[in-house]
Amino acid sequence: MKHFAAMFRRLDRTTKTNEKVAALADYFVAVTEEQDKLWTIALLSHRRPRRTVNSRLLREWAADYAGIDPWILEESYHVVGDLAETIALVLPPPTEADDRSLSAWIRVVESLAEYDEAGKREAVLAAWQVLETTERYLFNKLITGNFRVGVSQKLMTRALSQATGIEETSLAHRLMGNWTPNDTTFQDLIHGASATDDISRPYPFYLAYQLEGPPDGLGNPADWQAEHKWDGIRGQLIVRDGSLFVWSRGEELVTDKYPEYAPLADLLPDGTVVDGEILPYAAGAPLGFNLLQTRIGRKTLSKKILQDVPVVLMAYDLLELAGQDIRQWPLARRREALEGLVQDAGAEHILRLSPTVAWEKWEDLAAERATARAQCSEGLMLKHRDSPYRQGRKKGDWWKWKVDPLTIDAVMIYAQRGHGRRANLYTDFTFGVWEGEQLVPFTKAYSGLTDQEFNRITNWVRRNTVERFGPVRSVKPELVFEIGFEGIQASGRHKSGVALRFPRMLRWREDKPASEANTKEDLLAILAAYGG
Amino acid sequence: MPLLEFNDRGIYCPRAQVYIDPWKPVDRALITHGHADHSRWGNKHYLATRSAAPVIRHRLGEVSLTTVEYGQVTTINGVKFSFHPAGHIIGSAQIRVEYGGEIWVASGDYKLENDGLSEPWEPVRCHHFITESTFGLPVYRWAPQEEVFADINAWWRANQAEGKVSVLTGYALGKAQRLLCGLDHGIGRVYTHGAIENTNEVLRQQGVALPPTIRVTSAVPRKDYPGHLVIATPGAIGQPWMKKFGAASVGTASGWMSLRGARRRRGADRGFVLSDHCDWPALLEAIVLTGAEHVYVTHGYTSIFSKYLRGTGLNAVALETDYEGELAEMATKKEDLDQENAAAE
Repeated sequence: MKHFAAMFRRLDRTTKTNEKVAALADYFVAVTEEQDKLWTIALLSHRRPRRTVNSRLLREWAADYAGIDPWILEESYHVVGDLAETIALVLPPPTEADDRSLSAWIRVVESLAEYDEAGKREAVLAAWQVLETTERYLFNKLITGNFRVGVSQKLMTRALSQATGIEETSLAHRLMGNWTPNDTTFQDLIHGASATDDISRPYPFYLAYQLEGPPDGLGNPADWQAEHKWDGIRGQLIVRDGSLFVWSRGEELVTDKYPEYAPLADLLPDGTVVDGEILPYAAGAPLGFNLLQTRIGRKTLSKKILQDVPVVLMAYDLLELAGQDIRQWPLARRREALEGLVQDAGAEHILRLSPTVAWEKWEDLAAERATARAQCSEGLMLKHRDSPYRQGRKKGDWWKWKVDPLTIDAVMIYAQRGHGRRANLYTDFTFGVWEGEQLVPFTKAYSGLTDQEFNRITNWVRRNTVERFGPVRSVKPELVFEIGFEGIQASGRHKSGVALRFPRMLRWREDKPASEANTKEDLLAILAAYGG
Repeated sequence: MPLLEFNDRGIYCPRAQVYIDPWKPVDRALITHGHADHSRWGNKHYLATRSAAPVIRHRLGEVSLTTVEYGQVTTINGVKFSFHPAGHIIGSAQIRVEYGGEIWVASGDYKLENDGLSEPWEPVRCHHFITESTFGLPVYRWAPQEEVFADINAWWRANQAEGKVSVLTGYALGKAQRLLCGLDHGIGRVYTHGAIENTNEVLRQQGVALPPTIRVTSAVPRKDYPGHLVIATPGAIGQPWMKKFGAASVGTASGWMSLRGARRRRGADRGFVLSDHCDWPALLEAIVLTGAEHVYVTHGYTSIFSKYLRGTGLNAVALETDYEGELAEMATKKEDLDQENAAAE
């Protein structure tokens, strides 16, 4: 674990991409144990071990071991903003050294699942006794199933490419799919015969950048294909060897969650990979995303939910045709092939073609975008007709042009410190709108401002606190913010009667006194217009 | 009437009609140390230790300032006042107040580890103890300073090997000199920001032996810097002033650097955990050694720390003061700026 911890410290203290890649590449070269490399790849591609200890027990044991009351551990946690780090810091220094490898420690973490509570406690305390602060932090992250590092899979892949000399795109494909460190080896994964051995293996998704401002700058309208940005879940549907696999963008195999797609195993030819949107859809139109949400988290899908929230795959790209990787074909050609496949499948109730928008001038497109909300879409997608299907988020060929958010001006009434990097700043705010003389809380938001603004607001919060409730402070109702959100629906769970989707602060309205903020009536008017 | 009370101007002794570290102008102010949040402008008369006086004069100009030796007793209207080492910076003191057998100690800022520069902290037995709580949470534990300086020197060497300048930040008064003394001057030359060098000059003049330093000025050719080290105030980072060093690695030395979030927010390349305040175990140790039954907790994690002390059977209360440091990277930053401004004048 020493190597891994040293690499983590190097990663953690820089924000520079090149240094992060160098730290990882050096690590991949320096570490000789291949199982450690494999686990590092796994951890940095969201294949972390399951949580084996719940955090309540962990807090109890840590407080006990550190000889402090649980309440002060909680208070420390509020200040630090990270439980694994808090525990790593409050424990007394280690009493012995230990140089077991990363994979040896992961075996310890995985074996915890087999113990009863007393056994777990003994194993965790034994680990704390021999690990130094960074190692303890990483160990705590691993046992709580929370391991995350500020390095994208893309950067990790780049570092691995530098260390192995294998091309980045080929590595990216190898790292996709359904493997875990327990069912493959570093050799097989990285140097094995062919990346397509595993018939379920998906391609890396191509992600679009958000267009800031109008699209006129993109050049000739004839070069661009436009379609709606559907409000579902990005998915990749694979048919190979007569089997069907569905992957979500989070690289999660979700085939079982969408049983309606099963017939496509027969209706699509072998060697087909379609990129599209898993979209709730009925009576010829998309349903709202919040309906899909009612279905996502469920372990078992009842007949009723399948009836209430049926899904289609709204297909918009084709990555593999007759077993051939066609990602380098221009979009126009892939689209043509996709249209043929969808038509031949003849399964409109589960597989539809995402229609392209007919347009000539940029003004036409702006008019179409204005109808997006009414069509249950989030805006428009613009794709260059010559573009290949790239991987990851790349600028230039694909753009999303989202509808402007809905907005309301609200007054800050509660403030709470943030987490992690922002643990000492007040960044999590609760906002209210006026109902007569009262402010009714209706949403929280914690993003959208610069660090400098959060600094100023933090100072203001300290000087204008009315009451403290643990980590939360109520503040004088003075500051006004423009809150942006993507959707609104009626909610019985919220005092205000509404729930917002993706609320965030668009700007701090320093020009507005609190008295001029919006009212609950205004909010309900937005609900009436856009709720659903 | 209590011997000391807390009002909107500071810590007040009604019997002697003097204040300790007032934050609003008063007639007579007893000053624990020269940091800007403890020795402020506008008081008519100041009383401080002899070794704290030069820096206070440097900051506040020609004020009416009387000095005392550590341990020397000044009696005002029957109340005995004496100053005792606090170990925070050069000249820093805890102020002991005694009347009719009752003893109070206002400790200002303090640390227990002997930094080799400040007069080392001494426990002062008392009934009532006023303590800071800047790092009054169990997550704050400092490594011995030798380990920290070994890390700092290794970082300097690594930068030197890459041809980079090492820029290390610390307050102009206290931290900067402590860093200066902990560096391995065999590695290279040490340059200083003007605000720091001004303080160094004041301290050298009063007889403090500091290793040699070179003031950063436009007269120093830019090619002189690579491989060497610059001690700068935190406020200088990101300013045009930094440009003259070319490729540089920035290190910050502060107790706040023990938290990952603070390290990342500060944007320094390296954070070194080094503080002139007590860590958690040291705060608890100090309080036990005073023997005090009543503890007043000022600047820092006041409510949490006082609640903890109550749990140990002490009569502890949290106090709102104007001393800075609450959760305080930003507050420390402001203190730095105050010092810088003061030093630049």
